Amino acid sequence: MRLIAKRPEGLTKTRLTYCPGCLHGVAHRIIAEAMDELGITDRTIGIAPVGCAVFAYNFFSCDMIQSPHGRAPAMATGIKRARPDCVVFTYQGDGDLAAIGTAEIVHAANRNEKIAVFFVNNAIYGMTGGQMAPTTLPGMKATTAPYGRDVEDTGYPIRVCELLSTLKMTYYVERVSLLSPKEIIKAKKAVKKALKYNAEGRGFTLVEMISTCPTNWGMDPLKSREWARENMLPVFPVGVFRDRGTEKEPAISEKKAS
Amino acid sequence: MAEKVLMKGNEAVAEAAIRAGCRHYFAYPITPQSELIEYMAKRMPQVGGCFLQAESEVAAINMVFGAAACGVRVMTSSSSPGISLKQEGISYIAASRLPAVIVNVQRGGPGLGNIAPMQCDYFQSTRGGGHGDYYTPVLAPSSVQEFADMAAEAFRIAERYRTPVLIFADGMLGQMMEPVVFEDDYGPTADSSEWALGNRSQTKRQNHIVNSLFIDPYELKEKTEKLFEVYDEIRKNEVRYEMYNVDAGPKYLAVATGTAARVVKTAIDELKDQGIEIGLVRPISLWPFPYEAVAAAARGVKRVFTIELNMGQMVEDVRLAVAGSSPVEHIGKAGGVVFTPVETINLLRERCQ
Repeated sequence: MRLIAKRPEGLTKTRLTYCPGCLHGVAHRIIAEAMDELGITDRTIGIAPVGCAVFAYNFFSCDMIQSPHGRAPAMATGIKRARPDCVVFTYQGDGDLAAIGTAEIVHAANRNEKIAVFFVNNAIYGMTGGQMAPTTLPGMKATTAPYGRDVEDTGYPIRVCELLSTLKMTYYVERVSLLSPKEIIKAKKAVKKALKYNAEGRGFTLVEMISTCPTNWGMDPLKSREWARENMLPVFPVGVFRDRGTEKEPAISEKKAS
Repeated sequence: MAEKVLMKGNEAVAEAAIRAGCRHYFAYPITPQSELIEYMAKRMPQVGGCFLQAESEVAAINMVFGAAACGVRVMTSSSSPGISLKQEGISYIAASRLPAVIVNVQRGGPGLGNIAPMQCDYFQSTRGGGHGDYYTPVLAPSSVQEFADMAAEAFRIAERYRTPVLIFADGMLGQMMEPVVFEDDYGPTADSSEWALGNRSQTKRQNHIVNSLFIDPYELKEKTEKLFEVYDEIRKNEVRYEMYNVDAGPKYLAVATGTAARVVKTAIDELKDQGIEIGLVRPISLWPFPYEAVAAAARGVKRVFTIELNMGQMVEDVRLAVAGSSPVEHIGKAGGVVFTPVETINLLRERCQ
């Protein structure tokens, strides 16, 4: 018999705690596969956030640590500075990264901290039960925006890739989506590139993954993917926002201040 | 023989930490501890260490959290409002059973307060400080030499028990210059290979997980009880205090720590010449507090004075220790106003009538 699919070594055998139809499992899998393919699992340290992925420390088979809400990039900084030979990644949701952890992610990117950030954006707080996220779409309902997000009152969704790619030193920023097998294959390429750049010690890398939340959106998994395609992708377009690995001229060529 | 140098407390503790093997330091500027972060910025690159100015106190303590999880000697420092910001992280570090050293060069509070020396973070320091059921060992220096010596001592306690340790200084100790002699042999970093992150490729071990989330109440109960077994050990082994002028059986007892204790010692000497005998217990570990030493020294005295640079915080521990055997009075000042020796002499003389 020919083996056509198997559990990546980068994942443990622990059953995932995610809801049916949730795409966190897909995101975990592509990260684990990328670790396997790069052969870096035993020198990788992963950081679990607060949010739906809080139990990620049980799912990845590399060394893992659980972070306070939003602080994963700061914690990753401390880890990377203590273990410069390790590959360090954070796994964060939209509330963790773009609300409570805004300062930490901006400054980690600005320092070009040599960490990989995997940012799962599904425009809602999942773990706490469907509250408004910094990436919730205009007019979209949430339990704390029961009449729909009013941008005059709570602002427009924060676009993390666009924001971070304005910083001079940021090494690699790409937004991908997890809405179909074709997109997942593309997403995995981005994830692998992010980890590879880190294994090579190049700089700060971030891959944003447009995802869904069937449970809190109140949709079945297929409908939620269609909804994300129609509503999220126009606000959060996929693409490479920064890749200093392919730029001819290094982005940091200015003279040092004397 | 080691050389004697004249240094500010903030610089001395930084130098001592480096000599004690600290090679990772993350902090954010705040008065009156800024000489500490500046000294680290200058010295860490010279010894091949990591200095990083964080974007906030919150980020700094989480950088400490990450580095501590890798088993390296790591320190941060701040002053009162900044220490408040670090409390979430300190709670996580305590719960995750990681060693780290946090220096608090206290200033006036509450709120933004001012930048004058105070001891008004006593409650926060000795009662855990952040959320949840935990403590941190707290060491309180009263001279620049002791401040410096405590760096190595704090790392030793932190590593032995896998806990964050707080050094409870104040603006006076941070800013004041005094002669200091540094030790050079502070011992090796404790073995962390059983739990630290990132040392895996050499050893082919199972993955390590550093975590403070225990969703099953019975599991959290068990973990917390284990933590408190560690605290019992700390209470047994790490109580520190100094006794002063207690041998002759003084009629009165003073309890004071840190900067306040220095002024009280001067007053005790002067009052002794005037025929008033006052003993002093100077708690050096504020948690664990030297309850037994204070109780023993207070036995048979007419009155116990707790002298603090605050409105009355340590006095509660003194009352717990004395347990009603003598009256306990608080003598304190808010606002970062430090007692002068003459003022202290007069205050004590009046109360000893």
